[in-house]
Amino acid sequence: MKYIDEFRDPDLAKKLLHRIEQRSTRPVRLMEFCGGHTHAIMRYGLRTLLPPTVDLRSGPGCPVCVTSNADLDWAIALSKVPGLILATFGDMVRVPGSTQSLQDAKAGGADVRMVYSTLDALKLARANRDRPVVFLGVGFETTAPTIAAAILQAQAEGLENLSVLSLHKLTPPATRAILDSGEIALDGILGPGHVTTIIGADAWRFLPTAYGIPVAVAGFEPLDILRAIADLVEMIEDGRPGVSNSYARSVTSAGNRKALETLERVFQLDAADWRGLGLVPLSGLSIRPEFAPFDAARLFDIDPGPLREHKGCRCGDVLRGTLSPPECPLFDRACTPMRPIGPCMVSAEGACAAYYQFGRDNP
Amino acid sequence: MSDKVILLAHGSGGRLGQELVEKLFLHFFDNPALLQLDDSAVLDLPAAQSATYQRRLAISTDSYVVSPLFFPGGDIGKLAICGTVNDLSMSGAQPLWLSAGFIIEEGLPLADLERIVASMAETAAQAGVQIVAGDTKVVDRGSADKLFINTAGVGLVPPGVVIAGDRARPGDLVLINGTIGDHGMTIMTQREGLQFDSPLASDCAPLAGLVARLLAALPAGTLHCLRDPTRGGLATTLNELAARSRVGIEIEEDALPVREAVRGACELLGLDPLYVANEGKAVAIVAPEAAEAALAALQSDSYGREAAVIGRVTEAHPGRVVLHTTLGARRMVDMLVGEQLPRIC
Repeated sequence: MKYIDEFRDPDLAKKLLHRIEQRSTRPVRLMEFCGGHTHAIMRYGLRTLLPPTVDLRSGPGCPVCVTSNADLDWAIALSKVPGLILATFGDMVRVPGSTQSLQDAKAGGADVRMVYSTLDALKLARANRDRPVVFLGVGFETTAPTIAAAILQAQAEGLENLSVLSLHKLTPPATRAILDSGEIALDGILGPGHVTTIIGADAWRFLPTAYGIPVAVAGFEPLDILRAIADLVEMIEDGRPGVSNSYARSVTSAGNRKALETLERVFQLDAADWRGLGLVPLSGLSIRPEFAPFDAARLFDIDPGPLREHKGCRCGDVLRGTLSPPECPLFDRACTPMRPIGPCMVSAEGACAAYYQFGRDNP
Repeated sequence: MSDKVILLAHGSGGRLGQELVEKLFLHFFDNPALLQLDDSAVLDLPAAQSATYQRRLAISTDSYVVSPLFFPGGDIGKLAICGTVNDLSMSGAQPLWLSAGFIIEEGLPLADLERIVASMAETAAQAGVQIVAGDTKVVDRGSADKLFINTAGVGLVPPGVVIAGDRARPGDLVLINGTIGDHGMTIMTQREGLQFDSPLASDCAPLAGLVARLLAALPAGTLHCLRDPTRGGLATTLNELAARSRVGIEIEEDALPVREAVRGACELLGLDPLYVANEGKAVAIVAPEAAEAALAALQSDSYGREAAVIGRVTEAHPGRVVLHTTLGARRMVDMLVGEQLPRIC
């Protein structure tokens, strides 16, 4: 298949692996920011092919996983407002909040609808003009522009019953927070391909300049990832940290201007509450006051009830890269995809789910 | 009756219901047992066979709620015949008789029902089965989604044939009769919101003939397991077989037959063809000495042209399925867990 097979070519993969083996003289710890990368790495068995000097840690790049219990509780309580329809991406419904999940709320009568895109949320709002429809805005720079566009579309149509609960988060501030904490020593970052398509590779320049570590932006095919790892190993070995882009078919230096403009029109920088990182200043997106009629956080007065964290759940540590999923005492014991305790075991981008699904034999 | 729709009265046991039975069901499912119109069908085991078949029956039932009702490669009626015929076939049985129960939502166009019933009749004829009993219920608008069908089936198991999920042995080879994921991806792409132009078609097919061919070609006792990888796809079926037989299964990514369009659609939607449903596929686990004959037998059938040996049974890692990837790595292939999928069968 064109544009796919080229990026899974076994001979090219062998060459890249050889290049990594040749250049890697000392142990390096690299963080793949993005949960999509963790899944690709596990799905293609890349960890089993890399030399032992290369240690890969998954990072906070799973939007569902980094949603805090407090925010999730608020959304669950919101779903119980009589007559309200809560539209959400599928992954979110199974994540346990303090006392229940959206799935539990749905079983108890809440109208929770799984949608594939914001277009579905717009359709829902048009079809149910007499009911409030709230879209649960969970995501990074990748999804935020589409949600901004939906808000603009709703405004243009006079669709007054649609609003968004914006829990959007930004990836560079989270990376800074991890590095600033000094909790884990990282030698390089595998940059998120989809996010960087929007924000541009230049948005990561602070990593070599301020932190002295290289970043390699990667796509999600095996060769994309191996090439990025090879670039990182070379930059580390050469002592020349920089920004490499092995995903040039999608990522430019400046990013997607149109998407960023749309995003900036509707959203403003705000503090965000991250699972694992806590409250990080200027790391989230809230809806600008001029779009207040579309901001569920302003429209609804919700009591989410008492906050409770799950005893023993180490998702926060997994998201900061300080713990590998199989090291969690609950992994594959109390916590499985069938009965998840933390979000990292639920989401299609969650690190624990990836290790569970693909790597229980060779973690 | 093309401009007409199903009314609640069609299910009330009155004249309209009678008309539906006579003009539609009896017309298409024409056979002596059904035409008796008694409360149950009374059937004689095929005389020549009853002695040799040792009176071993296979029974299976399944309900079909696929949406949309019509899709490239089939419709809910064809699916309802194939699904039950294939379940019977997977025990090595020769399927003979089916029942069909219809739960119809008020307002279903009669023309749609007629098309579906005609398709059932055609598929049943192809599979060599008769629909000998039936039932129709009509429910209020909103109480069902257009049409649900249940079929149950009875088949006869030939003597000496013992095929079961717990019979895979280390050293056995794993075969499949063709490409995976066709049915599931066809339905996914037909759904509202996911429609795009692609040359996909469901693989929905009755496999009674293919299984008969396989049984005829193999020495007795060498066909150990047969299973149709429907919901949950090939990955789930292999996991079930590995668990039931307490063996490991290793498959080769290179050897898996997947149509280009299916791969493309899967890439686009972030799905793995290993987990996508099939409706005309059978996984066969056979003793190593019978593998060549099994492959030849499958490939000689019109539903097995693209058959392939895809893996082998191991003593190592019992209960687990491992994939050797194209890149030379190995990874676990787990059961499908809680994926959000539309109704596909």
